[in-house]
Amino acid sequence: MIPEIGHFALILALLVAVVQGVFPIVGAAKGNVAWMALAKPAARTQFLLVAAAFLSLAYTFAIKDYSVLYVASNSNSKLPLQYRVAALWGGHEGSLLLWAFILNVWTVAVTFFSKHLPQVTRARILGVMGLISVGFLLFLLTVSNPFERLIPAAIDGRDLNPLLQDPGMVFHPPMLYMGYVGFSVAFAFAIAALLGGELDAAWARWSRPWTTLAWVFLTIGIMAGSNWAYYELGWGGWWFWDAVENASFMPWLVGTALIHSLAVTEKRGSFKAWTVLLAIGAFSLSLLGTFLVRSGVLTSVHAFATDPERGLFILAFLVIVIGGSLALFAWRASSVGKGGAFDVLSRESFLLGNNVLLVVAAGSVLLGTLYPLFLDTLGLGKISVGPPYFDSVFAPLMAPAVFLMGVGPIARWKKAELPELALRLRWAFFISLATAALLPLWLGHWTPMIGLGLFLAAWVLLVSLQTLRERLTVSHQSLPERIRSVPLAWWGMWFAHLGIGIFILGVTIVKGFETETAVRMKTGDVAHLSGFAFTFDGVKSIEGPNYIAAQGTINVTKNGKAIATLNPSKRIYTVQNMPMSEAGIAASLTGDVYASLGEKLQDGAWSVRIYYKPMVDWIWGGCALMALGGLLALSDRRYRAAKRKAVYQPVPGAVAA
Amino acid sequence: MKRLLILGPLILFVILAGFLAVGLHKDPSEVPSPLVGKPAPQFSLPRLDDAQQSFSPKEMLGQVWLFNVWASWCAACREEHPVLLELAKTNAVPLYGMDYKDTQEAAQKWLQNGGGNPYIHSVMDETGRVGIDFGVYGVPETYLIDKKGIIRYKQTGAITTKLLSDTILPLVKRLQAE
Repeated sequence: MIPEIGHFALILALLVAVVQGVFPIVGAAKGNVAWMALAKPAARTQFLLVAAAFLSLAYTFAIKDYSVLYVASNSNSKLPLQYRVAALWGGHEGSLLLWAFILNVWTVAVTFFSKHLPQVTRARILGVMGLISVGFLLFLLTVSNPFERLIPAAIDGRDLNPLLQDPGMVFHPPMLYMGYVGFSVAFAFAIAALLGGELDAAWARWSRPWTTLAWVFLTIGIMAGSNWAYYELGWGGWWFWDAVENASFMPWLVGTALIHSLAVTEKRGSFKAWTVLLAIGAFSLSLLGTFLVRSGVLTSVHAFATDPERGLFILAFLVIVIGGSLALFAWRASSVGKGGAFDVLSRESFLLGNNVLLVVAAGSVLLGTLYPLFLDTLGLGKISVGPPYFDSVFAPLMAPAVFLMGVGPIARWKKAELPELALRLRWAFFISLATAALLPLWLGHWTPMIGLGLFLAAWVLLVSLQTLRERLTVSHQSLPERIRSVPLAWWGMWFAHLGIGIFILGVTIVKGFETETAVRMKTGDVAHLSGFAFTFDGVKSIEGPNYIAAQGTINVTKNGKAIATLNPSKRIYTVQNMPMSEAGIAASLTGDVYASLGEKLQDGAWSVRIYYKPMVDWIWGGCALMALGGLLALSDRRYRAAKRKAVYQPVPGAVAA
Repeated sequence: MKRLLILGPLILFVILAGFLAVGLHKDPSEVPSPLVGKPAPQFSLPRLDDAQQSFSPKEMLGQVWLFNVWASWCAACREEHPVLLELAKTNAVPLYGMDYKDTQEAAQKWLQNGGGNPYIHSVMDETGRVGIDFGVYGVPETYLIDKKGIIRYKQTGAITTKLLSDTILPLVKRLQAE
């Protein structure tokens, strides 16, 4: 009964979404106030209906109703409750329902935080979001129904893919989707602005907090996914340039460009058409990511349902949404006026340069991801594009972007002076060069990539310090007053940029200096790696709720001092008879020692893989700082002010220090 | 010039959409198998219906036959099953199965519930050892083996009626004539 209620709620939600998508937009075009006023109640009703469907499915998972096909395919009676609920988004149908639900969460949030918007604008925004929802609900109801019954019912479920039975599964997909789908708000704002022909500073100001929030979620989602891959896959890797990782990374790159471009549009009135294009681009890439994962045009560890019929539906949807909005852009963007003029050497041009680099980087990732498909389509054979392509294309593109990122915040708007900039940044530049040249030698060896990475990391950290110093020495107030006078948005920028530096440092050190070895170990054997001694203390069996495991014990010492005890294990999930290894990791700021258990060999020996990953946690630390920066920017007092005037007020940060 | 710049994104997207549309009808997992043109790996496995008896590809020398890898836990096999049942009725080509990483009980129940057994015999590869020799990485997979015991065609994923009539059966006829 409950699944039928959920199914019915979805059908009603589709009808409401049609109302929400059609009447407010037509009303806005015709000036019909009553039709526009439908937007808010329709959006809220739709939210309640989709939430009801979502909860019905969660309930069906919780009570182990295996007469529902989707539940039977993705759950099992022995699966612990938190994974039974997370199993909801463990397959194709459920993850789409999560998508639709999160879209509704964002839409309903817009209804609550859009009181200051003109009614026409609000009607258009909610209308556009309603239309997107129509697409997803139709997709769910026609070819991806999660409530489909299985008659006769299965005695027990097929179990959730063991890879997904991990705390990471509970948080990573919802966070990622919050980010992906969050860009729909900026998209809807952009389309509303194009429809209304009003691309002004106000539009950019409204879009900014929504975009930043979506970006924060996406950052956390990608970070969680990367960390999950690191400890769950047991290979010690943290990024694989897998098609689906790329699908989440492309919107992140374009979203990052969008955040910066919005800032320029709001403060200086420039880049309007470009900003609109980025807003369309960020969300289009989110949709494209969904298509790539769900349609089966690419192979990936993430692709769980491949079905040409579904692929065709998403492609049609993609063509309508992206093609339609780009056509609207081509039609309307030429009427957008020019913004304030700026010099070649100014903060605007640094930001524009960065923007272009980020977009080109996203384009190169897209090209690498789709290249196998292009070749196959043209009949030129089958190939895979792997990390070598991405590493060799991505790093050279990001290096100048990161360099400019250091200069941007310190340069003046409109017109900066090169001699003055050079004077202010000369120390940072020379110390970075020296670090890049000397530090690797002290650490062991020098390669061009290590040199480049360390130069960029040192550059970002030093320029951040310089920016902070200049910021805090402007006025004649006391230091605490000066610190207080700096707006949170500025701190947000500062921490996010610092995060990039920390991230690059982590990546460079771990890529340059990680070590690994594969050994055959019996109880009492000792292996040595990077100055650590690993003593194998044997393996015992352990029984989990739905798996049996062999758990090893490895004691790690350095110079005779005990450092950590690692417990890598090898689990066999009994339902799918699938082996999974769980790495044993001891993390610290200087580096992780990491062990994973391989195959059982003869006479009680095991093959064991041991890694030393110096400063690997700085990678995620850097991401966390970026997300923190976004949150700080969102807490800025101009967003907290209850009733803000619609007039344009430059924030203090707009005036260069 | 400005017009062109503004139309650029749309044009790029249209090209991309064209590729995606064509790509939809291609199967990225359809990797040319290194085994095509090579002799089928040898094995001797217990039969599903009677574990006391075994089956080996050697017995099939001199005949063109289909070797289908399936499992009771495999969703795509359900899709394929009716097609195989139809094929079995026509007697066009002998069909043997391998029940991959499965239990005897579950497999037999699945055959009963699924409307019948299309296979002359199925063998059980409970541990997946023989599957490794064949390079099985997704179930179902189907191999067409010629009179000399050489793999001539491999299909990854479910066999459809269209694939059967357009590709597999014509190839079977040709190989039988060889």
